Amino acid sequence: MTLPNSFRVAWEGVMLNKLRSFLTTLGIIIGVAAVIIMLAVSAGAEAAIEDQISGLGANLIMVTPFRSFGGVRGGPGGGGPGSITTFTYDEVLFLSQNLNNVSGVSLEQSTTQTVKGGVSTLNSVSIVGVTADFLEVRDYEVGAGRFFTHAENDATQRVAVLGAGIAEDLFNDADPIGQQVRIGSSRFTVIGVMAEQGVVGATDNDGRIYIPASVVFKKFGGTGFGGDRVRMILVKAEDGDALEVVMDQITALLAGRRQIDPNEPNFGVRTQQDIVDARASTTAAFRSLLAWVAAVSLVVGGIGIMNIMLVSVTERTREIGLRQALGARPRDVQRQFLLEAVMLSLVGGLAGLVFGVAGSFIFGELGGMRTELVPLSLPLAFGASAAVGIFFGYYPATQAAQLDPIEALRRE
Amino acid sequence: MSEFVIEIHRMTKTYGEGDIAVHALIELDLQVERGDFVAIMGPSGSGKSTLMNIIGCLDRATSGLYILDGEDVSQMNRDQLASVRNRKVGFVFQSYNLLPRLSARKNVMLPMMYNGFQNWSEEQRSDRAAELLELVGLGDRLHHLPTELSGGQQQRVAIARALINDPSLILADEPTGNLDTRSSAEIMAIFHRLHQQGATIVMVTHEPDRALEAQRTVNVLDGRVVSPESEMERLVVS
Repeated sequence: MTLPNSFRVAWEGVMLNKLRSFLTTLGIIIGVAAVIIMLAVSAGAEAAIEDQISGLGANLIMVTPFRSFGGVRGGPGGGGPGSITTFTYDEVLFLSQNLNNVSGVSLEQSTTQTVKGGVSTLNSVSIVGVTADFLEVRDYEVGAGRFFTHAENDATQRVAVLGAGIAEDLFNDADPIGQQVRIGSSRFTVIGVMAEQGVVGATDNDGRIYIPASVVFKKFGGTGFGGDRVRMILVKAEDGDALEVVMDQITALLAGRRQIDPNEPNFGVRTQQDIVDARASTTAAFRSLLAWVAAVSLVVGGIGIMNIMLVSVTERTREIGLRQALGARPRDVQRQFLLEAVMLSLVGGLAGLVFGVAGSFIFGELGGMRTELVPLSLPLAFGASAAVGIFFGYYPATQAAQLDPIEALRRE
Repeated sequence: MSEFVIEIHRMTKTYGEGDIAVHALIELDLQVERGDFVAIMGPSGSGKSTLMNIIGCLDRATSGLYILDGEDVSQMNRDQLASVRNRKVGFVFQSYNLLPRLSARKNVMLPMMYNGFQNWSEEQRSDRAAELLELVGLGDRLHHLPTELSGGQQQRVAIARALINDPSLILADEPTGNLDTRSSAEIMAIFHRLHQQGATIVMVTHEPDRALEAQRTVNVLDGRVVSPESEMERLVVS
């Protein structure tokens, strides 16, 4: 039998019982759509994490105590959970005075306070102590007024820069610059308002107030800011090429000051790429889990096809007998039923592609989660559905081919 | 070309082995000349059906020789037998066996799908099918589905299907078994016409009236062919 003929006969078989074919195909549709959506969801999650971390700013180096982040750079050891070594504000100043090839050194020490200003009182506002390099380190911009200077920071001036959201909440349309705000029990003068940023990741950057780090550590002694210890130092290298050099400098300087072996530091020095990589390995595990779950649903769809093909072979035994009597060889019969199974799965695969792509967008738009279509997942899922059709269609087709024409013709 | 379409020598068909072996055919001999119209008769269990299946190349004998239209088919495998059925045998079944979802014309074209007339275009095949339907008097029913046709009409479609590959042998198994007298007569008339045009027909039947319409009758009893005379003797003796 010629191939076009085989295709036509197989298609007629599929169309013989439309509802049944559709229901059988549904298993594959769901399987393929699940593969595509699952991969899109996990790729979206990865991208969101990556954005969040790279949102910290480019060429950024994070100096952290051990065990505050995933991966560790700088060798083993470094103390257990009880001996976490944070940093002092002096160490931050020391680094900022002695590092070369950097465009800024900052820290972010935050707490929440009640804030009064203008006509409003706001509870649980995020107050962040930063250095004057903060804007440079984070690539942030001021929308109105100015940020505080090194001189103001050194002189522990009580000045504040408001997030765009806070400024609006406190002063509405009035100009907040030069106004007083009360943070906890202290008065601050507003000297600037940050440019509007919106929500990045899970953080509302417009809902923060920035004050000089010196005020946090020298005036308040870190009260309410998690003690007088700095939890993380942020260093921005001049450019990407300087990253390694700066990291080595940080390790050498801090280790020298602490009088410890630079090869066994009790702090970690990492770039955001290191963190991205560490996160990526966990999301990769998550992704492969999702992919397996989706693959299982494809296999279940395949079993559905096998089931319906076995029923079909039984129901059409007489037709098979007739075709054999008219000259169909066993392989002609086998091909007919195998093609039928493959067609079911391919039609399912195609519909699954459409639903998968549409589903990914709908999830992204309405589900509140970020999805990113993985281009490779489309041929992968489609190919898998074809393979499922061949694999699960083979047995029923072989059963059909092996029928004895005399027996088959006698069947009612 | 051989003068015989069917030459069967000392054919035996045994089901099972040892003590439980059943001998359906025992050293059976049968020749059918080209252009012959033979009726095969016999009570159930006589081996009549087994003989018909072997003649139609649906089954193989345990031993013996079967030459169909000059081709020794006794030792052929399943694929070769399928090809022989396709090219040399036109089947007409008691229950018509049309595919319900195909039109009369598509049903007639079905055997061409399997190697027959491979080099014919779709149009030529379609024309050929229409011609044959015309021949059996269904020129106006080309696009009807089997369910839209009477039993007699369905059987005529089946005869057209049997003729499509120009077979050396038309093998009809109780072709009028499901039909009323009038339709039966119509079917038999078609067979007579085909016979007159030179077709070789083997018809299995249990109706003596139908058998009488054939050129000759072969009686099968207990796996052997018995002559009418010896059959008569047997009846007289008992």
